[in-house]
Amino acid sequence: MSAPLTHYLILSALLFCIGFAGAVGRRSAILVLIGIELMLNAANLNFIAFWRYGPHPEALTGVMFVLFSIAIAAAEAAVGLALVIATYRQRRTTRMDQLDTLKG
Amino acid sequence: MQHVVQYLWLIPAVPLVMAGIGALLKRERRRAAAGLAIGGMAVAWVLSCVAFVASLGPDSFRATCTVKWFDLGDASVPLGWMLDPLTAIMLMMVTFLALLIFIYSLGYMAEDENFTRFFCFMSLFGAAMLGIVIANSLLLLFISWELVGLSSYLLIGFWYEKPQAAAAAKKAFITTRIGDMGLLLGMLWLYSKSGTLLFYDNGHGCLEAASLARLAAAATLGGMAVSTAISLLIFAGAVGKSGQLPLHVWLPDAMEGPTPVSALIHAATMVAAGVFLVARMYPLMSAGGHLAALEVVTWVGAITAVFAAAIAVAQNDIKRIIAYSTISQLGYMMMGLGVGGVAVGMFHLITHAFFKSLLFLGAGSVIHGCHGEQDIRKMGGLKKLMPWTFATYAAGMMALCGVPLFFSGFWSKDEILRAAWIWPSSPVPFCLGAAGAFLTAFYMMRQVSWVFFGKPAQAAGARAPAHESPGVMTIPLAVLAVFAVLAGFLGTPAWPWFQSYLNGEKVRFEPAALLASPQLNLMLLSAVVVGVAFLAGWKIYGNVAAQSLRAMDPLQKALPAFYRLLENKFFIDEFYGATVVRLNTAFAALADWLDRVLWTGAVQAVTRLTVALARFDSAIDELGVNAGFDASCDGLRGAGRGLSWLQNGRVQRYMRIAGVAFSVLALALIWGCG
Repeated sequence: MSAPLTHYLILSALLFCIGFAGAVGRRSAILVLIGIELMLNAANLNFIAFWRYGPHPEALTGVMFVLFSIAIAAAEAAVGLALVIATYRQRRTTRMDQLDTLKG
Repeated sequence: MQHVVQYLWLIPAVPLVMAGIGALLKRERRRAAAGLAIGGMAVAWVLSCVAFVASLGPDSFRATCTVKWFDLGDASVPLGWMLDPLTAIMLMMVTFLALLIFIYSLGYMAEDENFTRFFCFMSLFGAAMLGIVIANSLLLLFISWELVGLSSYLLIGFWYEKPQAAAAAKKAFITTRIGDMGLLLGMLWLYSKSGTLLFYDNGHGCLEAASLARLAAAATLGGMAVSTAISLLIFAGAVGKSGQLPLHVWLPDAMEGPTPVSALIHAATMVAAGVFLVARMYPLMSAGGHLAALEVVTWVGAITAVFAAAIAVAQNDIKRIIAYSTISQLGYMMMGLGVGGVAVGMFHLITHAFFKSLLFLGAGSVIHGCHGEQDIRKMGGLKKLMPWTFATYAAGMMALCGVPLFFSGFWSKDEILRAAWIWPSSPVPFCLGAAGAFLTAFYMMRQVSWVFFGKPAQAAGARAPAHESPGVMTIPLAVLAVFAVLAGFLGTPAWPWFQSYLNGEKVRFEPAALLASPQLNLMLLSAVVVGVAFLAGWKIYGNVAAQSLRAMDPLQKALPAFYRLLENKFFIDEFYGATVVRLNTAFAALADWLDRVLWTGAVQAVTRLTVALARFDSAIDELGVNAGFDASCDGLRGAGRGLSWLQNGRVQRYMRIAGVAFSVLALALIWGCG
């Protein structure tokens, strides 16, 4: 047992914050997608960490969750990329601040 | 006979369908239109021949066929048709004459641009007339009756761009409508009393013994039998349609229509429908021994016969003379029905139909040959120029005047006079009839000598000398001339086939009847009357045609005041103009004044009140309701505007806000709960 749980959680929180900053701050839709992937991976790290330090580390529940989560993230990335491409074809741009037609 | 009567409806239906198809044709399809009309009428004629042959059969006198038209509550309205000798003989006459006149129209209307419309209307007329003839229900008869009125209106006004034609059409329609009102009232009364409008219905019809006895027994105003009152109302319809006094004024004006129309509708068939109606309703007219209705019929007929014949003496329009002659002859038929019964009146109807349509078609041929001229004073000497027309016209004229032995009019008119002679009520109708016969021969002689004898008068404005008409016109004339002569032999006293046929008896050949006491004397008397009238006419007018147009009529020189009275038709039109029409106009003016002053004032007052009320309402709306509503709307709109900046479409901002909110929540939970 090397590092305690807190370290993992801090790493995960940092990762989440970096992802979040990317997701809300970048103008390019591709980079926003990458930010979202980072946030997802931070969540995955939390899953693994809590499983590993949880009451039943011998049951493989955490690993299973994360595998599912990764698969879903992959699917989500594919959908997101497809959306970006479709938007680009339609609007000739991938800048998020220009995609504001849904305003009130 | 029963299986024939089932298909009797085809006789009017075929021309009706042809009229319907004809109405859809384009104006240029002239040959198709004429072919349809003539073909349809030819089919109707063939069917009528079949019906006629069936009616000759010994098995039964009358056959009927009834169909249900519709149900009204728990009563049903039946329509029906029948075949009896009266129907059969009329069918033969109408279809045969219509066929000939359609063929004649091919020539007469050849240059008319509305040729297609003409044949459509003629077919419609034929269908309606045949409907009257076969009807076994007063309702069906009435429907057809109004349809012939309509087609008569359409055809009188055929050249509606001429104002006189349009006016004549209206006059005919309105005048006959007065009589039709009586017919309608009579029909309703009959229905309310007898519960059916079927004439013959196996003992339940309104002209059968049970119903007649009931009607004759009931009394109404002044002790008059109901049957008499209904008969008089129905006779009013016949008066209008047959141009009897006092509703005769439309018939001379109806001559504004094309001549074939005058021949078919206003001489041979439609105007005779009134006579036919009286003949059909004869059992009702004479029900229960009440003869008042028939006396009225006799008197109206007798007076009309003389009155119209007198007017005809002083007319100068070739068609108007024959029109007044038609009125006079219809008067004879009515008189014949009144004094002698169905067979006497109907016999004159049939012979008259032939010779009068012959005269009209002859007059049409004269007009055609003289390039549209109708004034007999501008004609003359046409005997040489139009030999066929002259020969046939002469036959018709002699038939009309009743030249003894060889012409049909003699036999039929003689029957009427004989019946009038033995009529118990009064000798006056006989005298009127004899006077009418004298006048008839006189005016026909006047007309014929003016038109056909003397020197050809080159009328002012005539472009070319008169010419004979084409064969399509003269051949029907020749056929009609043959019938005008021969039709009389169907009903001579020696061999009264016609009378026996109508009464359903066996005919006997009795030459001795010719020499019986009143018969021989009357025949001699009418021969003398006609002879004297011819002589007088020839004496006065024989050489008149050579004179110029400005010369006065010899009769005018002799009796100026009387001639003026006749020339102006006893001022009947003026009298109606001064009374009925003026009253109507005054009433219309009063109604107009009331409309303008009283009703308009009332309507305007209501209008003003409504407008004022509306203004008040609108003010309340504007100031009260709208202001409040607007204020709340503004509030909603402002709130919406205030919130809408949040919704700016930028997903990242939403996420930022969500992130900040989440952080605040997390911190609050950590420290708040800590």
